[in-house]
Amino acid sequence: MSDTAATPVVRLLNVCKGFTKGQETISIFDALNLSIPPGDFVAIMGPSGSGKTTMLNLLGGLDRVDAGEIDVAGKRIDRLSEGELARWRSTHIGFVFQFYNLMPMLSAAQNVELPLLLTALRRAERRTRVEAALKIVNLADRTKHYPREMSGGQQQRVAIARAIVSDPTLLLCDEPTGDLDRTTADEILHMLQILNRDLNKTIIMVTHDPAAAKYAARTLHLDKGHFVEKDLAA
Amino acid sequence: MNDLLLVRKNLFRKKLRAGLMIASILIAFAIFGVLAAFERAFNAGEDVAAADRLVVVNKINFTQPLPMAYFNRVRGIDGVRQVTHLNWFGGYFQDPKNFLLVFAVEPETYTELYGDDFDFPADARRAFIGERTAALVGEAMAAKWGWKVGDHVPISSNIFSQKDGSRTWDFTIAGIFKSRGAQANTNFMVFQYEYFNETRSFLKDMIGWMALQTTSPLVNDKVAKAIDQMFANSSAETSTDTEKAFNKAFAAQLGNIALIVLLVVGAAFLTILMIVGNTMVMAVRERTREIAVLKTLGFTGGHLLRLVLGESVLLALLGGLPGLALAFLVTLLVRDQLANFVPGIALTPGIVLLGLVLMLGLGFATGSVPALNAFRLKIAVALGRG
Repeated sequence: MSDTAATPVVRLLNVCKGFTKGQETISIFDALNLSIPPGDFVAIMGPSGSGKTTMLNLLGGLDRVDAGEIDVAGKRIDRLSEGELARWRSTHIGFVFQFYNLMPMLSAAQNVELPLLLTALRRAERRTRVEAALKIVNLADRTKHYPREMSGGQQQRVAIARAIVSDPTLLLCDEPTGDLDRTTADEILHMLQILNRDLNKTIIMVTHDPAAAKYAARTLHLDKGHFVEKDLAA
Repeated sequence: MNDLLLVRKNLFRKKLRAGLMIASILIAFAIFGVLAAFERAFNAGEDVAAADRLVVVNKINFTQPLPMAYFNRVRGIDGVRQVTHLNWFGGYFQDPKNFLLVFAVEPETYTELYGDDFDFPADARRAFIGERTAALVGEAMAAKWGWKVGDHVPISSNIFSQKDGSRTWDFTIAGIFKSRGAQANTNFMVFQYEYFNETRSFLKDMIGWMALQTTSPLVNDKVAKAIDQMFANSSAETSTDTEKAFNKAFAAQLGNIALIVLLVVGAAFLTILMIVGNTMVMAVRERTREIAVLKTLGFTGGHLLRLVLGESVLLALLGGLPGLALAFLVTLLVRDQLANFVPGIALTPGIVLLGLVLMLGLGFATGSVPALNAFRLKIAVALGRG
């Protein structure tokens, strides 16, 4: 992909990744390159099995490359140990999943507070941050509600609050609206747009939905292990 | 929120399951506490036994008597510092159900020999030696029956009778003695052998057993051999052993308590270990996705290992501590009823400490497998994305 003038927040250089299935090795990426500048909002689309989720896993340090370099916010994460990766994730990456993945036994506020347990912040400061994050996603009045007491859209908003509460460099969203109806999906996507525009969060969103991809600043199509940029608005 | 709250929330996410696991652990530790208290009480005699004391009993069985003449002969043996003799009375107060530990003893030598274990007040000792019907009562027994110095108490025997056919002897309480250490039981009384021997209708000039103090524990074997050789091939051969061995053998009549405790507690623990361990593995497996999410958020493998272990240890403590508390209540309730048969039943600090160690052991044993699984979990695989 073409680089922009600013120092990229995400840089993939000749990344190779494959999976072994029985005796057979299936290559997902072979010398994949990518560069995303700070403050970008990128949608990644592509057919099933094209490697969208695998790429998100690699960017979030959830999986390892076979070869190549991954640089996120100036850090070579392919060189970090498991423990270092976990600590790095807690401060640099916010994840939003398709199925929200909230802890059912914790309230909305407690779910949002989870990443802050890994910081040295005092209780009062944690509470302030949790309240701020829930306010951003318009759930300030739902702090004590449990996931089972909330709709899918509300749960996803709690998940977004959890993702942004530690002020990460990068938000990785894996089909964030895949489990929601159109109206709720639009609300969530609009919220991501606000986070990108007003809080300058860099967002990479994997989606199958062209309507969802329209909310992003640009869309990358992943096919056969390589990116193809298309302007959907054109 | 903190890690402890997270652990607690995880543990009680299925309240019925957590409640049942806690109940099963509670029962196990209650059993452990009560049995350990019994075992402790049965073996307390071993702990108070002095190293330089020997016990001489009839070789056939310690319930068989020895001739009184042996007493003076043993006194003369080299290496013997002091010797006394005791006789089982089989006493009860007013009703045969009120069983009492009562011994007919030689007052002077008895109070001298056991002076290190019990505090016999000087005036009480003098009165005990000087008055034929005097008796010394242990503090616990006096407290139980509300007896005080100067009281006249009729004590009956379910073994012996007097020459006039009466089974009851009248005693005057000359003094109340205390234990010098926490272990020695004071729920018994002693009275003069001479009074007993003169008035009883049978077994005249026979004694139950002898207790003696040697000049040093180093000569115990030599003295024991000398005594048993002295009475070899007589009508009443003797068996001499250390007081500790005698007490242990006495307790063993009721069965190997330590083995019973080990088997019962061991079986209960093994069963609970399997149930709780299996349930913990299942509970954590159900949360595989949540653990993967926590890892995604930045929780390290070590952090999750601690959280899961914390959960299993908390579970063990929540079941174990009330279990020990229940055992404490049970021992309090049965303490008085069984005081005559198994004196000194108590949940000692040692048992509580052992219980705590077992709780931690149970927690770590049941939590280690699911904790390791959480530690090793691959995020991408667990999220079904790999």
